[in-house]
Amino acid sequence: MEVGALRALQSDRLREAVRRAYDRVPYYRAKLDAAGVGPGDIRGMSDIERLPFTTKDDLRETYPFGLFAVPMEEVVRIHASSGTTGKSTVVGYTRNDIATWSEVMARTLAAGGTHRGDIVQNSYGYGLFTGGLGAHYGAELIGASVIPTSGGQTQRQVQIVQDFGVTVLCCTPSYALVIAEAGKEMGVDWAAAPLRVGFFGAEPWSQTMRQEIEAALRIDALDIYGLSEVTGPGVAFECLQKAGLHVNEDHFYPEVIDPATGKQVKPGERGELVFTALTKEALPLLRYRTRDLTRLIEETCPCGRSLRRMERVTGRSDDMLIIRGVNVFPSQIEEVLMGIEGTTPNYLLVVDRKPRQMDELEVQVEVSAERFSDEIAKLAAIADRIRAGIENALGLHVSVRLVEPKTIERSMGKAKRVVDRRDLGK
Amino acid sequence: MITVQISVFLENKSGRLAEVTRTLAAAGVNIRALSLAETIDYGVLRLIVDRPTEAKQALTTVGFTVSETEVIAVEMPDRPGGLAEVVDMLTKRGLNIEYLYAFVGQRGENAVVIIRIDTVAEAIAALQTGGAHVLSAAELSRI
Repeated sequence: MEVGALRALQSDRLREAVRRAYDRVPYYRAKLDAAGVGPGDIRGMSDIERLPFTTKDDLRETYPFGLFAVPMEEVVRIHASSGTTGKSTVVGYTRNDIATWSEVMARTLAAGGTHRGDIVQNSYGYGLFTGGLGAHYGAELIGASVIPTSGGQTQRQVQIVQDFGVTVLCCTPSYALVIAEAGKEMGVDWAAAPLRVGFFGAEPWSQTMRQEIEAALRIDALDIYGLSEVTGPGVAFECLQKAGLHVNEDHFYPEVIDPATGKQVKPGERGELVFTALTKEALPLLRYRTRDLTRLIEETCPCGRSLRRMERVTGRSDDMLIIRGVNVFPSQIEEVLMGIEGTTPNYLLVVDRKPRQMDELEVQVEVSAERFSDEIAKLAAIADRIRAGIENALGLHVSVRLVEPKTIERSMGKAKRVVDRRDLGK
Repeated sequence: MITVQISVFLENKSGRLAEVTRTLAAAGVNIRALSLAETIDYGVLRLIVDRPTEAKQALTTVGFTVSETEVIAVEMPDRPGGLAEVVDMLTKRGLNIEYLYAFVGQRGENAVVIIRIDTVAEAIAALQTGGAHVLSAAELSRI
């Protein structure tokens, strides 16, 4: 689509989106009224800055369905993010929303050359997480043959890749390396396998890791981006140029703002990514702050697509961690520790990615005199209780290590809570 | 009849044990017996010292996590079967030992076993009834 026509389409859709949110969601009506802006004030894209932001807190406050703009009769799917009760974010889809999502995911897969006749192994988790079903519907829309393996059982995954002649792989980048390594151990010659391209996302990764995956599996490794609040996977995708992710901006309008002031940055400058869902019916979303840091690339891509590109996300404007596709806030861990101990002990989260392994989260908890026991079994029981509590709350396997007090670094009186050893900058 | 054991939480990293012993030396505390229980990530050092209060104070000051635990010190003959007799006195009464460790005193005729058990009073009674010699703090420090 030509850029002028695209902007006109976006302006039309924005007007409708604001009107829909205002008319159908009391929460949005109140929010817009408070900001002194009504649907009549939004005539086109240049007015978007007049709209207030939507944040994860808005979703939490309206948990579970308070932001839905349609009656449940029209909602055909509900997904939710991980999190303790009341903290998870719930998203809904109408039949049209699912069609749009499938469409943007089909574009994503097609940009890497996926076509009818391809055999797609989808190792994203199926369930409340949007990854599995998102990729599944996109691949089906293309007419490819989808194998819904979901995550886990790596040897079986390798067996299927080999025996079924899989040509396209969808999973997290770290799991791609796990599959590569397991295959090597099982004697698979990846150079000879028909596997051609992989779509990797749901966790941050680096250029170095891309090279590693491409060398190990002998494929093109493409980055995909999405978040369930906006729709799920398929919000932005890389083409085979591998030079930034094209944003499906006819549906999800991107802005980049200064996280401190909330003002749009100059074109091409880095800042926090904000999305407005232009066409969503069940869950309208105006100027949603993703907390992901990136920049928009305004220049046209050699591939010819007029959809603008965003750079690979390299950081966050908050303290959220993404580990094996699960969003983790230190505050969630704190809540679990509080529940178990009655007080919040000093703790540190260490995220690590060892070569050819999945991301690991280690929770280091200081052992105070009150918690300390001379019996190893009792100490082990404390660590076990903490581990079980966190796994239950986050749905994420973690390791818990008890450490001596005051070994956790404190800076400016405020403890440093997260050490991310994954090399995500490159 | 109750002996105070000092327990110290130690991360498995080099130099921590040396730090404990240095700290105790500087405080003029003499170690009578010790045992170290370990896991992959950490260990628990259990110490019998001549002056437990000073030991705890000194270790806490330099940042160690320390607790005092009540244990029983029992004298037993230093010969085959010596320990079995002592353990029998407790197990016959259904008393469950959490852990124990032993050391041989300077005279070398008798050995001393340190017993950690939840039911300290009952255990002392059982041992004394069985004819074992439970050491007082004063006796222990003379060995």
